[in-house]
Amino acid sequence: MADSAITADDGVDLSRRKFLTQATVATGAVGALFVAVPFIESWAPSERARAQGAPTELDISKLEAGQMTTTVWRRSPIYVVRRTPDMVARIAGHDGELKDPGSEESDQPAYAKNTLRSRSAEYLVLVGTCTHLGCLPKQRFDAGELYPSWPGGFFCPCHGSRFDLAGRVFQGSPASINLRVPPYSYPNPRTLLVGADEEKGAA
Amino acid sequence: MRTDMLRALALIAVACLLPAGAWAAEEGGGAEAPAKPGADWQSWRAGNDVSDRASLQRGARNFTSYCLGCHSLKYERWSRLGEDLAVPGDLLQKDLMPPGDKSTDYILTSMPAKDAADWFGKTPPDLSLMERARGRDYLYQFLTTFYVDPTRQTGANNLRLPTTAMPDVLSELGGLKKAVFREVGKEQVFDHFEPLAAGRLSPAEYQAFVRDTVNFLDYVSEPTQTARRALGVWVVLFLLVFTWFAWLMKREYWKDVH
Amino acid sequence: MTVKTATGAPARLPEAAPAKGGFRAWLNKRLPVDEFISSQLTGYYAPKNFNIWYFFGSLALVVLVLQLVTGIFLTMFYKPGELTAFDSVQFIMREVQWGWLLRYLHSTGASAFFIVVYLHMFRAFLYGSYKAPRELLWLFGMAVYLALMAEAFMGYVLPWGNMSFWGAQVIVNLFGTIPGIGPGLVEWIRGDYGIGDATLNRFFALHVVAVPLGLLLLVMLHLVALRQSGSNNPDGIEIKEKTGADGKPLDGIPFHPYYTVKDVVGIGVFFVLFALIVFFVPTFGGLFLEAPNFEVANPLSTPAEISPVWYFTPYYAILRAVPDQRMGALLMGLAVLSFLFLPWLDRSPVKSMRYRGWISRTALALFVISFVALGYLGMQPAEARYVIAARIFAVIYFAYFWLMPFYTRIDPVKPVPERVTYHAH
Repeated sequence: MADSAITADDGVDLSRRKFLTQATVATGAVGALFVAVPFIESWAPSERARAQGAPTELDISKLEAGQMTTTVWRRSPIYVVRRTPDMVARIAGHDGELKDPGSEESDQPAYAKNTLRSRSAEYLVLVGTCTHLGCLPKQRFDAGELYPSWPGGFFCPCHGSRFDLAGRVFQGSPASINLRVPPYSYPNPRTLLVGADEEKGAA
Repeated sequence: MRTDMLRALALIAVACLLPAGAWAAEEGGGAEAPAKPGADWQSWRAGNDVSDRASLQRGARNFTSYCLGCHSLKYERWSRLGEDLAVPGDLLQKDLMPPGDKSTDYILTSMPAKDAADWFGKTPPDLSLMERARGRDYLYQFLTTFYVDPTRQTGANNLRLPTTAMPDVLSELGGLKKAVFREVGKEQVFDHFEPLAAGRLSPAEYQAFVRDTVNFLDYVSEPTQTARRALGVWVVLFLLVFTWFAWLMKREYWKDVH
Repeated sequence: MTVKTATGAPARLPEAAPAKGGFRAWLNKRLPVDEFISSQLTGYYAPKNFNIWYFFGSLALVVLVLQLVTGIFLTMFYKPGELTAFDSVQFIMREVQWGWLLRYLHSTGASAFFIVVYLHMFRAFLYGSYKAPRELLWLFGMAVYLALMAEAFMGYVLPWGNMSFWGAQVIVNLFGTIPGIGPGLVEWIRGDYGIGDATLNRFFALHVVAVPLGLLLLVMLHLVALRQSGSNNPDGIEIKEKTGADGKPLDGIPFHPYYTVKDVVGIGVFFVLFALIVFFVPTFGGLFLEAPNFEVANPLSTPAEISPVWYFTPYYAILRAVPDQRMGALLMGLAVLSFLFLPWLDRSPVKSMRYRGWISRTALALFVISFVALGYLGMQPAEARYVIAARIFAVIYFAYFWLMPFYTRIDPVKPVPERVTYHAH
């Protein structure tokens, strides 16, 4: 018997040892990645949350011109404004004061990427959380309500972001993009369906 | 806790040898015609297979037609049922869901709990987890061993759950039968069944009906079980590869040790 | 004589070698990373003759980590409380992404923990690992075992199934047998006049924070004591007594890489078996998850056959075998605590069963048989034939411990060799 437990041995193939170590470590690393998946994905919305995130319907037939109503889709408030022709007219004429008048950088479906940011001139549908840090902008629809040249729109009380009646953000606001527009459609003239558009179905 | 460890160990051994879920298909239930009909009821097996989607769809229909009047599945959503059983949304609404329910609703009976308690003496239990609590064979035997008993308020009694508060709601399908008892000492012991009236289904059809229903309740008790077994095969194969590499590595290093 | 690998280089992994400069040197100046690696892994010499019984220590550590990680994630979704607990477990099983896997890993992990720990303890019985100089190592290990039992019991209550409820009822009432303070103590533990919301919430706090902290501390102490005395081995020979010119034990090999690569194999085999249970038989035929626990806690209905989870059943059988409430609880407590005295009860001059005589071997065999038999009997209904059998096995159980000072002294031991036995492959 050798005096020490560990001795040099001519029969040892070092490259084989290296290969097997690398193979085991690599397999173990892949396994660790697989194991991480369920833990990380467990934080994703649950099956119930996903089911409840399905499109939500709103009866818009009782909404009066110039008024706003709110509904909830995926835990966000959805602002629905029925704009008067006067309100629509007040959207024009201040493009120079806006950060993103053409909604190039902003988040909206293709059918809302226009000046009025909506499918039709009458109804404006917005995600009612400020694009700065998530507060709820308040309605300041009347012209001159905030200051003499104010064309009407939304004002966020948290950090003072200002948006016009199409949800477009004014320069000088901490928010950098326009208010988001959710996917929506009109299954019939009386009903607004938030969360699903005709083009792609449910979001 | 009655189940014995050996059976569990045997299951593990089987799991090593067979692809996932294969053992779920045990021997067929309700073997035909012993000398005395029903004498062997305690050996009747559900023999269901939760990977059989057509059976689950039939079971869901059976459940909504015959059970949902009194029993809820409060942990199962309609939309989940639709996804797992591959029932399209419009069919789900039309064939399975009660009018007025939304697909995000849980599957709840419309019978008020208080009325149920007044009518039956107790509230009919929620069935979401009944398969896991009692076992599939228990459910199968319960649904196949109702018999006419005029001494009971419901007019029916059951071998699996004597003095059950549940009426024999499936008798229009399975027919009515009488239980014949014999005396052993001072005790009444079940001997055999005698058919009284045929139902709409033949005995074989009725057994299939119950098997589908039990299968559906088996699925509802653990909706992820099919996915669990399918994933398990890959996990075990991966671990075997890893262990094989590790063993080869260990053998290399230990060549140093004398 | 220096320790050499096949190349003649010192037996270290390349990354363990202290670099001359760079980040590693920067780090080592501030945190003794390399010092820790060389003193605890590459420079820690373990006997070269470990056999299969020596896998279970590292496996226990692996299962501990598994339980901590899965437990933390389950805590994110579980809601303690009479009205929410059962529903939230079903929410985890059905609605949370991968929730079913997290829960099965944790519930299977609980039973796996006890399997591993029982085998680890049996190893100590087999090779006399509790004997001097490892008495404290043994006591810390037993403290881990006791904390583990408390942890498992309270964790078992959390799903708020009917077995959870009645298990809590029975175990908490055991404290009522303490003379004088018993009834008041039971009420204090429950925080109500019955097991309820208050009990569940405090068990939750203890299960997820207090006991795990204690467990971690005890495991640390267990490992520190192990490093101080060094590992025992199947021959029960102290390898430190035979050192080479360099002061290293002649029969020792560096823990890293030799035992790390070996333990990885054990961990792999363990996880293959573990995955088979988690993915194919997570209830393990009602042993790991009991059928009555799929019904919500019902204070008005005791399950037909009530028994604890399998890892408590040996003690439960002893409790039931005694026809007196107070004496039963006392003997059950003694059955657990008897382990603590083992280092001083064992008077054999040798450690390992390999060199003990037929008396010690027979005694150990009888003890294992009675422990397993009591475990089986604890799951059976309280019928006379089972209770009588439990009494017989309980007597053998206690005799093993308390007659040990006598039978180990007259046991005909064999001579212990100078060096460990090891056959290279």
